[in-house]
Amino acid sequence: MTSPARDPLLEVEDLQIELVTHRGVVRAVDGVSFTVGRGETVTLIGESGSGKSTTAMGVLRLLPEGLAVLSGAARIGGEDVVADPDAARRARGRTVSLIPQDPMTALSPVHTVGRQLGDALRLRHPELSRAEARERGTQLLDQVRITKPETRWKAYPHQFSGGMLQRILIAIALAAEPRLLVADEPTSALDATVQASILDLLMDLQERTGVGMLMITHDLGVARLVSDRIHVMKEGRFVESGPAEQIVERPAHAYTRKLLAAVPSLGPWDEDGLTDHTPLGAAR
Amino acid sequence: MSRPAAQSPFLDVEDLVVDYSTPAGPVRAVDHVSFGVPRGGSLAVVGESGCGKSTLARAIVRLLKPAAGRLVLDGTDLATLSERRLRPLRRRVQMVFQDPYGSLDPHLTAEEIVAEPLRLAGVRDKGERRRRAGELLDRVGLPTTARERRPAEFSGGQRQRIGIARALASEPDLLVCDEATSALDVSVQAQVLDLLRELQAETGITYIVIAHHLGVVSEISDDVVVLKAGRVVESGPTAAVLSSPADPYTRALRRAALDPTAIRGLKPRAAAAPAAAAVSSEGTGK
Repeated sequence: MTSPARDPLLEVEDLQIELVTHRGVVRAVDGVSFTVGRGETVTLIGESGSGKSTTAMGVLRLLPEGLAVLSGAARIGGEDVVADPDAARRARGRTVSLIPQDPMTALSPVHTVGRQLGDALRLRHPELSRAEARERGTQLLDQVRITKPETRWKAYPHQFSGGMLQRILIAIALAAEPRLLVADEPTSALDATVQASILDLLMDLQERTGVGMLMITHDLGVARLVSDRIHVMKEGRFVESGPAEQIVERPAHAYTRKLLAAVPSLGPWDEDGLTDHTPLGAAR
Repeated sequence: MSRPAAQSPFLDVEDLVVDYSTPAGPVRAVDHVSFGVPRGGSLAVVGESGCGKSTLARAIVRLLKPAAGRLVLDGTDLATLSERRLRPLRRRVQMVFQDPYGSLDPHLTAEEIVAEPLRLAGVRDKGERRRRAGELLDRVGLPTTARERRPAEFSGGQRQRIGIARALASEPDLLVCDEATSALDVSVQAQVLDLLRELQAETGITYIVIAHHLGVVSEISDDVVVLKAGRVVESGPTAAVLSSPADPYTRALRRAALDPTAIRGLKPRAAAAPAAAAVSSEGTGK
């Protein structure tokens, strides 16, 4: 069990986000409220266009300035980033880190992964020398289960598989020693077995460090596996919120039921009952 | 095959080999793959990225020329046919592509996209082509107002329906769906799978479904072939393979598939049973 947080790491109250598009102003997020506490994973689930990623990017103030109008409140570590965009700038890379969606394009192709991880480390700790940054960086790569981190420090992104790049992005996110991780579809571009190993890694990190997580996904299986609480999002609003078990086993809203019914069922198999939890395909 | 010899499969793939030439030398993407599909049946090819499943699909519709092996469709071996001899047979084997955004000509209206294969099939009368295209768009559940619109004005699921209507326009006997639903939202995916099942019940069309998602495979196929590094590691009736997979690779795939309703308990989940951990290292293969 995770200990309930007195002071949430992230506290979102009646957040509204309007986006300026060529078709006029669209209200992408229409008054959502939620919190993420220490050691908790809170998931926003929804289909494309539901506003789940916009919510996450809005909370990080990563939406294009001038094209996105925010109202309500979003407090990261007590500071409201809606009222003060500078508060978000101070928090990013320190209190909060983003794990982006597409590992293939999130890194610079012309710099080594060591250089990019080193930059993230020295943003957090400007006093580190290059050699110290490198030592910490290789430790981080080891933590995210990249083998031979000393050799790989000098490699370029194209020399890695998608799953390894996603681990490197997680290492870069961890370089900030964040209290909160925002993961935007972190495994959607990956094969199922690789997805399992990444989710396992994230849950393991949370166990060890108590980092809070805001997870964005369209996959009910992923949401059910990793979440403490789930918010089901549709057209910019939460249609249903609750503990992961309750949302999947006793969905109250018709839309949640429809989503669950649409998930292709796999049926029982011969490893059912071997484990209390769901078995993950990841090696430790 | 245990079936009487008289009933040979509608599509019989035998020892199929596909090579790509690269600067570093030839790469064998499909390595002696064999399977058969009966007429009106549905076979899924499953595996992770790089396993050769899309290459196999492209070889079956002969967008690629196999290096060796046979590809016998209803008695004719397509593998070695020249383009000229293949041309009249192309109509019979159609494909629905993975990317609903990149596989439709952005300049044409939905009706023109679906009418194009009709023109190639020799339907001379423009009015007749329009009428048939309209019927096909109806059939895949698009509104009448869709006919004059262009791809950019449709959602992903609607575009995939146009792709299916275009494939059906040639009245194919065999439809190869290469990850046809993987770019779609789960509720849209369910609609497209329903549509494919209805079409099969109505027309008796034969399917080969390329997928990485075991749930999709279980919904749409009678038989399944599991591909790893270009080779078949396991094959058989879908229900049997999914409920008790024999090969360690298939087991790793099955274990990694997340069915929300089958998941119990809450995190932390680190305490996975030793039984699961023991065979789990295949999943992340280095």
